[in-house]
Amino acid sequence: MRSNGMVNLDRTWYLLVLVLFSYASTPAKGSDGYAIAGRVKIDGLGIKGFGLPGKLANAKIFLNGGQSVTFLRPDGYFSFHNVSAGTHLIEVSVLGFLFSPVRVDVSARYHGKVQAALTENRRILTELVLEPLREEQYYEVREAFSIWSLLKSPMGLMVGFMVIVVFLMPKLMESMDPEEMRQAQEQMRGQGIPSISSLLPGNSR
Amino acid sequence: MVWETILPSPSPSKSLLYVMAKENLIFVSGKEWLHAISSLDGMIAWSKYFHLESLQIQQNDQHSERNIIYAAGFSGLSEVELYELSGKTGEVLKKRITSYSGIFFQGTLLVHNDVLVTLDSTRSKIVLVNFQGEVASFHQTYVSDLVHDFSGEASFLSSKFADMFVLKLDSCKALVKVKSGRTVSLIERMEHPDSVSDAILLPEGKKAFAIVQNKETGIHITVTMDGELINEVLRERIELDDNRGRVQKVFINSYIRTDRSYGFRSLLVMEDHSLLLVQQGEIVWNREDGLASIIDSLASELPVEKGATVAKVEHNLFEWLQGHLLKLKGTLMIASPDDIAAIQVMRLKNSEKNKMTRDHNGFRKLLIVLTKAGKVLALHTGDGRVVWSVLVSSLHGTKTCQNPTWLNIYQWQVPHHHALDENPSVLVVGRCGQSLDSPGILSIFDSYTGKELSSSHVSHSIAQVMPLPLTDSKEQHLHVILDSNNNAYLYPRTRDALKLFHHELSNVFWYSIDSTEGIIRGHSLNHNCIHNEADEYCFGTRTLWSIVFPSDSEKIIATTTRKLNEVVHTQAKVVDQDVIYKYISNNALFIATASPEAVGEIGTAIPEEARLVVYLIDAVTGRVMHRLIHHGSQGPIHAIFSENWVVYHYFNLRAHRYEMSVMEIYDQSRVDNKDVLKLVLGKHNLTSPISAYSSPEVLVKSQSYFFTHSVKVMAVTSTAKGITSKHLLIGTIGDQMLALDKRFLDPRRTPTPSPAEKEEGMIPLTDSLPIIPQSYATHSLQVEGLRNIITVPAKLESTTLVFGYGIDLFFTRIAPSRTYDSLTEDFNYALLLITIVALIAAIIVTWVLTEQKDLRDKWR
Repeated sequence: MRSNGMVNLDRTWYLLVLVLFSYASTPAKGSDGYAIAGRVKIDGLGIKGFGLPGKLANAKIFLNGGQSVTFLRPDGYFSFHNVSAGTHLIEVSVLGFLFSPVRVDVSARYHGKVQAALTENRRILTELVLEPLREEQYYEVREAFSIWSLLKSPMGLMVGFMVIVVFLMPKLMESMDPEEMRQAQEQMRGQGIPSISSLLPGNSR
Repeated sequence: MVWETILPSPSPSKSLLYVMAKENLIFVSGKEWLHAISSLDGMIAWSKYFHLESLQIQQNDQHSERNIIYAAGFSGLSEVELYELSGKTGEVLKKRITSYSGIFFQGTLLVHNDVLVTLDSTRSKIVLVNFQGEVASFHQTYVSDLVHDFSGEASFLSSKFADMFVLKLDSCKALVKVKSGRTVSLIERMEHPDSVSDAILLPEGKKAFAIVQNKETGIHITVTMDGELINEVLRERIELDDNRGRVQKVFINSYIRTDRSYGFRSLLVMEDHSLLLVQQGEIVWNREDGLASIIDSLASELPVEKGATVAKVEHNLFEWLQGHLLKLKGTLMIASPDDIAAIQVMRLKNSEKNKMTRDHNGFRKLLIVLTKAGKVLALHTGDGRVVWSVLVSSLHGTKTCQNPTWLNIYQWQVPHHHALDENPSVLVVGRCGQSLDSPGILSIFDSYTGKELSSSHVSHSIAQVMPLPLTDSKEQHLHVILDSNNNAYLYPRTRDALKLFHHELSNVFWYSIDSTEGIIRGHSLNHNCIHNEADEYCFGTRTLWSIVFPSDSEKIIATTTRKLNEVVHTQAKVVDQDVIYKYISNNALFIATASPEAVGEIGTAIPEEARLVVYLIDAVTGRVMHRLIHHGSQGPIHAIFSENWVVYHYFNLRAHRYEMSVMEIYDQSRVDNKDVLKLVLGKHNLTSPISAYSSPEVLVKSQSYFFTHSVKVMAVTSTAKGITSKHLLIGTIGDQMLALDKRFLDPRRTPTPSPAEKEEGMIPLTDSLPIIPQSYATHSLQVEGLRNIITVPAKLESTTLVFGYGIDLFFTRIAPSRTYDSLTEDFNYALLLITIVALIAAIIVTWVLTEQKDLRDKWR
């Protein structure tokens, strides 16, 4: 029972839980059940003293896909009562965090001893302390407007290239020697445009 | 949550709690138990067991010094016991027991300090048991002395009155006061829907309560002090439209007016489940809380905009320019705080969104919803406001048809595009009473105004309503209604519809599922009606086939079919340079059965005996097309059938994780068609009609993946032409709505896709489906108590409108393949303008430069 993560409970809670557990281990008539108790721990949202951080106030804990629902106490603890022996599933829903469902085995032989394992990554939990797998960011971050991103886009690159061609090519032509230029032009003329007929063998004469 | 306490008594406690403010104690009485719980930390202060029938507790006046709890109950047929307990410790201060000469009615008992009020076994006599003296005394009063037309049986309405109680009789309610512990007298006689509030304690120790009466002239609220009608302090009358019905409950609360007298606010719970706060004869606020219990919903088009005038356009143009100027300022970061506020207001208002006319993209619609209270409301998709509402129950709650229940809402008439002067209408189906055999009610409402166009109380019962894909000359949809005696009735009852229906008679098939017996039956129609030969609109039915599941090994837990109005764009799919044909049939039926051990909730079955079997059945011939067994799995199953695939969600007990499976169905009989030579020679069967009678060979591909969350509901996006890829909409247990790309549920996924498959956009196989937080359609919202999701195609092919309802309502539109056919709302028009302006400037500058250069060259 100590493995249920109740070591840190303050005294009143401990008393209360003792009362509950005395019923759980000696089931009353008509209700055979054990209790599953655990705690939800989210790093960064320090659970200090009383008063839940906003996100945890709306937390819900589901047993077996909604068979029973419970909420978190200010210190992050939760418990289910009257749970039959067997294998159960606990899910935690806290907005902004992804929790792995937890497989919980309640043993009938050892008076409701609880064994737990995360189903997502098969990690065995020594005590029922549930931590989120990751934080969830529901919104995509809008990219800020910047000239640089505009220039880096394919359109921007094309425009940049065109600008280079339009403004730099004439400059290059100008910088050439007029003599060389004429020579090159004549060479081009002399060669003529290669026609298909000239490429074909046989007509090469 | 501050604390939580589980009470050890096995019986459920009454909802009535007593709070003792001084000791911070809360008293809860179970069947035979009384518990006192500290309101500070939830500790059980004390518990007491009474060996008594119908235990009742009462707390003495809060103003007295001693905290005494009275507990009373029957210890025998004619014995009654009264305990006085100390509220602080639970110690029994006094125990009184007495026996009565007659027999008590064991059901009800009221306690007022040391006076008990009960009924005798005939339930026609009020018995007062007075423990005030040394010896208990009995005082009897016949109910007929109080209410002269009394007959039948009386009962008490549970209430927290001090010395008054409400007697519920067949004909009326009676407010009765106990006088000095000996006599009872009638204070007020009320009709049935009228109600009385709980008594509240005023600071001076006086008690006040309210009576609400529904009269022809409106709702009358009377607040009275100290249980005497002469001490009436407040009489108000409010007038309401009929759309809220009658008052069902009333609660009051007092405040001190400026002249130091008491004023009262009353909170009324109406028949349509809406709340009204009334103060000084005025309705301060109201809430449509009936919207938390939507049963059925559909989307209707808005009216077409008629002749926009020039002035309006100019006005709009000016506003449009102004708006864009503001936006421009906003983008260029030169907007003043006022401008930013104006931009915000403009965006919020976004008048375009909230117009009452049809828009080009088909984003604006009316959502017509039917609530449990029998109210039909039309909500605008732009801002969720109620356009019109009508309480159907009040229109039909007559003497012959008390407590009608409402079942479904259907599209009745959708006028043709050219018939602009006609309004569409919806059909609301209900029945008089709870049982399946009760006669039905059909009511037709105008979708734009909410006016009831016609209604009929039909003589037959309503078991199932089948909308047919046929419309008569007035564009009214044909509906076949089946009654519990297996007769079918055609609506609308017009000659035209009948003529049309006779043509299609042999093509109407449906199935019925008897999940207790485990039988599925397929039916078709006969010409003549057995019971009512004269009625031309009545048809007989016959059973064509039936499938019986062995009850000791299989129980039906889920069935699903395709949506009839779903549009499929392509019949074929190219796989590895090869064509395969989708098997698309409106008659395919998906059924899931579970072994009897696996029917219960998770945690009750062991993997060895749990088993799920899923079937694909042709609902016309009853042929089982495919059967698949999932060993070690159990329900609940949530399935969705669309195009040629089924996706279902269930629990795998072996892995102890949820799984989702996909089944894709392909038609093998048309495989030959791709032979070009055969096509040329005309030997193909493309022209041969696809018949539901033929039994095509199907190829089923299937694959399973793990899924993290429990699922409450599943839906699939639907678009106007069916071209856009599909997303599954999964309502998770955390009341979020996840949009999952169908490509993740492709049975052809392999761990190492070939380059061709990669090019196609195939995702490498993973054992579990990814949960991408950005793909939650609800983002950071939760739809509390999500029960259902409906999807409606917009006119724009890329977009689906999504409406999710539970306790909260949620509406959004999603584009599964992004908005490829339109600019997004936040498209940067300012940037476009700047670019154009910059380009024009560049053209002018370069033109001037070339002119100058030319001139210089000429001068040279």
